[in-house]
Formats: sequence, C-alpha cells, structure tokens
Amino acid sequence: MQYSQDGLLRAYRRMATIRQFEERLHEEIAKGEIPGFTHLYAGQEAAAVGVCEHLDKDDMIVSTHRGHGHCIAKGCDVSGMMKEIYGSREGLCKGRGGSMHIADTSIGMLGANGIVGAGAPQAVGAAIAAKAKGNGKVAIAFSGDGACNQGTTFEAMNMAAVIKVPAIFVFENNHYSEHTGDRYAVGTALDIASRAEAFGMKAWRANGCDFYDTFETMAALLDHVRSTNLPAAIELDTERFYGHFEGDPQRYRAKGEVDRLREERDALKIFRASPVTQQHFGSAELDAVDAEVAAQIDAAVDAARKAERPDPSHVTEDVYAEY
Amino acid sequence: MSVMNIREAINQTLHEAMERDPSVILLGEDVAGGAGTAGGQEAIGGIWGTSTGLIGKFGPDRVIDTPISESAIVGAAAGAALAGMRPVAELMFADFIGVCGDQLINQIAKFRYMFGGEARCPVVVRLIYGAGMNAAAQHSQAFYNLLTAIPGLKVAMPTTPADAKGLLNEALHGDDPVMFFEHKALYGKKGEVPDGVHRVPFGHARMVREGGDVTIVAFGRMVSFAEKAADKLAEEGIGCDIIDPRTTSPLDEEAILDSVEQTGRLVVVDECPPRCGLAADVTAMVAQKAFTSLDAPPECVTAPHTPVPFSPELERAYVPGPPAIEAAVRRTLDWG
Ligand SMILES: Cc1ncc(C[n+]2csc(CCOP(=O)(O)OP(=O)(O)O)c2C)c(N)n1
Repeated sequence: MQYSQDGLLRAYRRMATIRQFEERLHEEIAKGEIPGFTHLYAGQEAAAVGVCEHLDKDDMIVSTHRGHGHCIAKGCDVSGMMKEIYGSREGLCKGRGGSMHIADTSIGMLGANGIVGAGAPQAVGAAIAAKAKGNGKVAIAFSGDGACNQGTTFEAMNMAAVIKVPAIFVFENNHYSEHTGDRYAVGTALDIASRAEAFGMKAWRANGCDFYDTFETMAALLDHVRSTNLPAAIELDTERFYGHFEGDPQRYRAKGEVDRLREERDALKIFRASPVTQQHFGSAELDAVDAEVAAQIDAAVDAARKAERPDPSHVTEDVYAEY
Repeated sequence: MSVMNIREAINQTLHEAMERDPSVILLGEDVAGGAGTAGGQEAIGGIWGTSTGLIGKFGPDRVIDTPISESAIVGAAAGAALAGMRPVAELMFADFIGVCGDQLINQIAKFRYMFGGEARCPVVVRLIYGAGMNAAAQHSQAFYNLLTAIPGLKVAMPTTPADAKGLLNEALHGDDPVMFFEHKALYGKKGEVPDGVHRVPFGHARMVREGGDVTIVAFGRMVSFAEKAADKLAEEGIGCDIIDPRTTSPLDEEAILDSVEQTGRLVVVDECPPRCGLAADVTAMVAQKAFTSLDAPPECVTAPHTPVPFSPELERAYVPGPPAIEAAVRRTLDWG
C-alpha cells in the first residue's frame, strides 16, 4: 500500500494524542480531579486510528463507554473533550455527559455510550440514512468482545445483512469484558468475526495493535462495503493497558501481564518499529510530534481546570418540558 | 446481632440462603468475577462486592458468571424459576432494565396471573440504582417507579442493613418476583443486623421516627436526607414523623394514612423525576383517602424532570437534598 508522509504523521499524531490523553487522565484521576467513571483506551490506539483514518467528516461512527480514542481518531476537539471529562459547562456536551457520553454529531461522531451493546443498531440506522441519501458514506459501530454478546448486536448484524446497508461492525477484542475473559464469555468454539460471517456478512481479522495491519485490512473491507453497499465486520485483536475503569485493582490479570503487553503489544512502539515508518521518517520527527502533543494535552488540562463550571440552574436545560 | 453495612448484610444473606436452600442460585455479570482470565474466578465478588466468597463455597453451577446479556440473564432467571429454582439475578446498574425490559415486564411480571394463578416465578432481581456517583444519565437512574407501576412485581428498597437482610430473606422465601433495589450510595451504611433467618414482611413500613407535626414519607436514599432535615427542624421544635415504606409494591398505605391523620401535613421525598413517580403516587393516594385530614397541600420533593447529569454541580442540583426537604416541611407549616 502507498503511504504519504503527511498521512502517516497524522496517524501517528492521533495515536500519540490518544496515548497521552489517557496517561494524563490516569494521573489526574488519581489526584481526585475528575468525577465519575472513566474507562481508559490506552493500548487500543492503532484500532481507532487504523479504522478512522479512512473516514471523512461525513462518515459516521458510534462508540462505546471506552470512547476517548474513537473521539480523538474521528477528530473531536481534544480540549472540548477534556473540559467535558472535567464536567465543565464548556465541555463538548456542556458537562452533562462526561467521559462515557461524549458526542460531536457535526463531525460524524454520533456518541459514546454507557450501555454496552447499544451502539450497533444505531450504526445500522446511520447506515440506512447514508443509503437513503445515496452519499456513499458508511457508518461504523465500535463494540467490544463483551458487547458482541448482547442481543442488540446480534439483531443489528442480522438486520444490516437483511436490509443491505453500509454498516460496519468493528469488534475491538481486548480480551476482557470488565473482569471476565473472552474465552469464557464469547465461547470457545467461535471467534467474533465468524459470528458476523454467520449472519451472511464478509468479515476480516487484523492485529489491532498494529496500525498498518488494521489500516490495510480496513481498506479491503471498505472497498467491499463501498462497492456493494453491504455490511461487513472486522475483529481487531487488541489490548487495554489500564483497568476496566480507573480504580480497578485488576486481580483477574496474570502477574506481569500488563508489563509484557506494554513491551510486546504497544501500538506506538510497533508503529515506530515498522519498516514502513522507517522508510518515511527518523525517530526525531516522531519525537517532535510527541512533544507537540504533550504541550497540547497540558494546555487542554489547564483549560479544563479553568473552564466555566455549570450553574445549578442549568440542570433543566434542553428538556422539552419543565414541571 | 452484629454490626455490618448493607453490602455485608446482603452478602451474608446470600451465603445463608444458599446454604439453607439448594434451589437458590445467583447469576449476573462478574458475580463470581474473573471467569476465563488468568486470575481465575473469585478474582472479584461482583463489582459491588455483594457476592464475595460465594463462588468458592457454592461453585460455578450455582454462582454463574454470565456474558453481558441482560435480556438472557433475566429471561434465564425466569425459566429457572418456572422450573423450580430460586434464582437471584443481578443487574449491575438498574438502568439496564432498558435492555431486559421485556423479560421483566411482559414475562416475569405476568406468569402467575396470566397462567391462571398456577405458575410461580420466584425470581429476585437485584437492581443497583441511584444518583450520587457522577455516573451520568445511563448509570444513575432511580427507576423504582417504573417497576412499581407493573402489576405482578413486588418492589423492595431497603435503607438499613437489617432491612436489607430482612427484605432479601422475605424475597427468597416468597413465591413471587421481587425487584430488589439497592442504592449504590447506601452500601456502606452500617447498623445492627439480627442473626439467623431475619425476615421483614412486605407492605409494612418502618416508622423511622415520630414527631407529630408533619409526615415525611421518604424512599430509599431519601430516608437519610429526611432524617437530616428533621434533625434541623427539631432544633426549632418542629417534630417530623418519618416513614420509610421499605416496599413500594405492596405499599403500606395504612402507616402513611395513620400518620397524616395525626399531623395533617405530608411531604413525600422521591429520587425519581416528578411525573409518575412515587411522590405523585403517594400524594394522590393521600388526597383520595385522607383529604379531610389535610391542613395543607401535600408537598413533593423530587428530582427534576431531566435525565441525571454528569457534572458534580448539576448532579447536586438534581438529587433532592435535606435543604429542599426542610423547605417543603416549612411550606406545609406556613400554609394558610
Ligand atoms: C447493558 C450494560 N450491561 C453492563 C454494563 C456494565 N459494563 C460496562 S463496560 C462492560 C464491559 C464491556 O466489555 P467490552 O464490550 O469487551 O468492552 P471493553 O470494556 O473491553 O472495552 C460492562 C459489563 C453496561 N454498561 N451496560
């Protein structure tokens, strides 16, 4: 596959932004600065970016409770996200949604979701809209290995296959649904991609820690979807580096598991080590991106701390009726 | 008697019930925790810690970690109950009623009546509910109003460790489906719990205190807020009756009416939004059955008609608190 220097730098910048955004959140949460439940995405960067780098503004995604990476990959304003997570009035959702419910429909980010499995049918609806408008756009549902066990996900896959719409089911298998393993909950006989195949969809599999593998596999998938207007699925084998939520003691993990994953399955390391990357840059250029991103994240945290807080009177805004 | 918190009381009750009765089984997401992982089961006893120790004692046939599949969890509990078991199904957050609505509302609730009174469906669904953790709109809802509205379901909501044990034991002895609402902000609340098979009958309110001037009926977490408000008012010599109904279906109407007949004033405190909530329900009941006893219009202290917001400032504005209760009591006293 042909890669442009600009395209690769952009992909790297987005992955580095996700990583640093998450690592910074991890620190700030430990200080008690951030309210509510936060589920960190670090480790899965290559999945979100490998998928979303193919999309433009009018393609649509629906996300999960672990949505920060999807938001950044789709182009959400990082400062607006940080303000939202801090609960500020200036946040992307006026501080009413928080980490689990960030959305920016103006750029095709149709929403993160606190209900596991809720996104897949919504992506089918967004794909119905794309088909009706005939604009050639696609709609992507991100789901985890846990979410693939919900009836909603099964129903959505079947319906997409029956009504033939360009819905894409991206299953990020990080091997855990909260504290339960995929080998238990998904069943031992089937992988997730073969479930999609059982509904009559074409399905792909890729290494979700490797940007190039995810990106190239998605290219093949999107060729298929855009030329046929049919749904498709992809299972990405990926990893999460932090607990299910911040504060999770992770007793279900093997000793040293996270250290090993950070050594062997780190999307940023894998990206840097790739021959394709090395053809295009030296590490100094990527280090410079890291430094720019660090400054951007610092600025976002600073802005979030100073941003306007909601006033109690705002609680009844945006509801159609008051009682 | 031993002192423990509500989390421990529920855990102890489940242990004792499973020891006594082999038909009691538990199912839900992560209730054993860690299935299929390197850490193995018992890595975590449910995310709320209420099922700690059960898997080690009763094994995976009775303490069943499920996939994320609420509809199948509750539906399977229904089927197991029809087949003679006493399943306890856990909904990690009451909000997930949205996912398994059919199994709760059209299935479990209907069997006994619809099948001519023969079929019994003794399912206990444990629903962890309520605002207060900045968990936002999809993880904070109170929702006991929804299930109270469905004929065929019993609804319990303990506010003390003793009642947590007593009501859960009652649910596990009865033959009907019980929706057992546990407030996430009350788990750490401590109190004395009777040893052995302590049971609290449904439909009998707890008289939290008697004060004689105003009746406060408060649900769930609101009971402790009502107590705070009443403490403050007591300093000025205003005495409040506080009633904790403990079950919303059946509802102890008599306890409420008796108190209102004495005080002539009613304040109902409910974490649900105002329309079709328990506050509206109780004030309507009192207006119908004790109209002439009332010396002032009943007051409803509820959440606003909005989803639960994330931001701490907004969530504080959302949850009814002691100042709002105090103000409502004063309004009933100031009235004409
Ligand atoms: C309907 C529903 N059930 C349960 C939960 C609680 N919950 C939140 S995330 C999660 C695990 C999701 O696992 P997976 O889909 O694999 O995504 P991951 O967390 O691994 O990113 C669970 C059980 C929920 N939010 N919604």
